[in-house]
Amino acid sequence: MAMDAAMIERLIKESLPDAQVSIEDLRGDGDHYAAHVVSGAFRGKTRVQQHQMVYQALRGRMGNELHALALQTGAPED
Amino acid sequence: MDTTVQQRISQEVADNPVVLYMKGTPVFPQCGFSAAVVQILSHLGVKFKGIDVLADPGIRQGIKEFSNWPTIPQLYVNGEFIGGCDIIREMYETGELQQVLEQKGVPVRA
Repeated sequence: MAMDAAMIERLIKESLPDAQVSIEDLRGDGDHYAAHVVSGAFRGKTRVQQHQMVYQALRGRMGNELHALALQTGAPED
Repeated sequence: MDTTVQQRISQEVADNPVVLYMKGTPVFPQCGFSAAVVQILSHLGVKFKGIDVLADPGIRQGIKEFSNWPTIPQLYVNGEFIGGCDIIREMYETGELQQVLEQKGVPVRA
């Protein structure tokens, strides 16, 4: 089952309100996305922890409705 | 959560310095993301044990609970979860993966 990009962005922003999110639908099939997420909440966290925070925001959809979401995360530069 | 499965995973990642939980086998990966990590490890000349989660539904579910990580592949070095495909690729590109492996005593081809 597919999920639209706006929904992914909304879920991420609900958990990480300051996040800058850019999402690309890689194949135009609503199932393979790449997301770049920048949030102050990522400061001091490892990459694994940052990705876990995004997965948490997606509340179990990752790996289920959402088959593929290539993630790139980071804290904003000062 | 199935505790015997969790114990098997703990044992596996403790007994083998580098373990990749993946879809398919290192020779025949069944998913592009797993294939990408196999390719990186092979390129670095890193010896690893591949575990095919498609062959065992208990492990397939259990590994996600073990690391609190929803996707496969998952790379473990000396029992520590290092990351999935995106992280491994990013670490490889920055040279961080080679550093982490060497720090943990895993030989890497220069």
